[in-house]
Amino acid sequence: MRARRHTVVYWTGFSVILVLLTVAPLVLPEFWRRFLTEILIWGLLAMSSDLLIGYTGMVSFGHSAFFGLGMYGAAAALIAVKPPSLWLATPAGLIGAAAAAAFVAYFSTRLRDIYFAITTLIFSQIFYVIIFTWTEVTGGENGLTFSRPALAIPGLFSVPFTSDTLHWFVLAVVTLSYLVLRRITQSPFGMVLQSIRENEARTRAIGYPIERYKIVAVMLSGLFAGLAGVLYAIQNRFAAPDFVFFLVSGEVVIFNVIGGIGTLVGPIVGAAFFLLLREGLSRFFTEYYLIPVGAIFVAMVIFMPQGLLGFARRWLNE
Amino acid sequence: MEFLHAVPFDQLLIQTINGIVTGMILALVASGLTLIFGIMDVVNFAHGELFMLGAYVGVVTLAATGNFWIALVVASLVIALLGAVIYLTTLRPLLGRDPLTTILATFGVSLVLQNYALWQFGPVARKIQEPFTGHFTLFYLDYPWYRLVIALLSAAIIGALWLFLKFGTYGIWIRATTQDRVMAQAMGIPVPWVLTAVFAIGAAMAGASGVLFGPLVGVNHAMGLDWILKAFIVVVIGGMGNLAGSIAAAILISLLEAYASLWVSPAQAIIVSFVVLILTLLFRPTGLFVPTPK
Repeated sequence: MRARRHTVVYWTGFSVILVLLTVAPLVLPEFWRRFLTEILIWGLLAMSSDLLIGYTGMVSFGHSAFFGLGMYGAAAALIAVKPPSLWLATPAGLIGAAAAAAFVAYFSTRLRDIYFAITTLIFSQIFYVIIFTWTEVTGGENGLTFSRPALAIPGLFSVPFTSDTLHWFVLAVVTLSYLVLRRITQSPFGMVLQSIRENEARTRAIGYPIERYKIVAVMLSGLFAGLAGVLYAIQNRFAAPDFVFFLVSGEVVIFNVIGGIGTLVGPIVGAAFFLLLREGLSRFFTEYYLIPVGAIFVAMVIFMPQGLLGFARRWLNE
Repeated sequence: MEFLHAVPFDQLLIQTINGIVTGMILALVASGLTLIFGIMDVVNFAHGELFMLGAYVGVVTLAATGNFWIALVVASLVIALLGAVIYLTTLRPLLGRDPLTTILATFGVSLVLQNYALWQFGPVARKIQEPFTGHFTLFYLDYPWYRLVIALLSAAIIGALWLFLKFGTYGIWIRATTQDRVMAQAMGIPVPWVLTAVFAIGAAMAGASGVLFGPLVGVNHAMGLDWILKAFIVVVIGGMGNLAGSIAAAILISLLEAYASLWVSPAQAIIVSFVVLILTLLFRPTGLFVPTPK
């Protein structure tokens, strides 16, 4: 009975938020419309990383590589093929991200805990150095610019992206990804990941090949991060090496910790909170907004380890 | 093998010396990092920022006093104090939690420190004047004595640390705390103070290396990022918490990068360290310079 009521509450909340996000671009001014779309994209990136941080217990500092490769993969397809096609850019970005994820997963899953965190960081830097120095292909420091593809289904219709349709497209992709990720975490596979988080040695003793599970987890996480990269490329019409730098990975971890790890929704809340905080603080601190943001982050690590969502949940329960 | 003949012997020798000099500085940074990790299970993401702030304190003190050596000492002390403050405010509350939380907390600290430096000193690189400008002739180059002095000084600091840990009373306290924190406490060692002191010592080493390295490159707010990355590579290759291993690894990868930069640009030379890291992870994931676990 209780469980059913919980389900009803969950799906009601889900639908309400979805409806709000759907009508939002109709009422918001242009700036905030773009801002909301951006929150969704960063939220997807953070959510993909939650699969590792929250569910498998592996803190990845390498998500900028997957995000960046998704971005550059999409950029390559958009530049190489005329006219630019959405249905070519997305798989190209996903292939790029999957390649990076396979590489990182194969090596870093040999290590655990902090060693995993450090090696993912170093491996994502490999991609940064390659992208930054291989100027002929990647545009080096300047990155790549390209035109935005049309929202089209071949043979059916084709409309150019406006900020409204782009928002709805992003919302659809992020919602689908959320549902898929939620399904993954509740599947037997996701249960094994959570059992790795709780007790790796025991999971191994029961007979699960945990190395293989970890590699698949990193690959899945990397794919969704790459999808976020594709969306970001489509929204902003450029790819830049800055997004591959490890500070972006650090921000993704911040989103997770602020929002609450192991909740999937938490990271989106965290991304929204972080971006709003940045928007608000940069009015007072201009480009030094990371000073207060960093301080708030440290305070949250110390005092609020479950993040905003965990805190809200406990507060509601009391 | 043709490309080997294309490189004259003298260039190879110069790069060997360059590699050892950078390697010693890197060893100084990495040994502070590995000391902090080995003794208190803290991965200090802000270590590169302490290096960078050390260089800035050096710049400021040098401008005020005009003496490089005073700047070196002042920078070490100030950064040691800063390290103690960081430890007491952000890391002590995390004592007993997962070491992963220390990465997160120190990452936040590094964001604060880096942007503070940007705010305080601006984006333009500052210069630290070398304490002496003598040269000696190395083939066709005038090689500055100062670089050799840095290498020797770094070696001296690391040697002093080792002697202190091995024979000093407080050094023995530190090692006792590493082995068994609870037992050390029971024997009357003030463990909380030992941990604070270790963090301060590690920070001071980072600060000192910042000042020593300052004259070779410009001092800017982002210089810590390169160094924390290299120091991480070094501690993974050398085996985390293993002082001798990280020194050996620091010199190894600096030498390899110096040789690599004969053929490719320095920005690409760091790929060589990545390759060494990958090979280490493939064949000896516990570290290159760690005895094989039985």
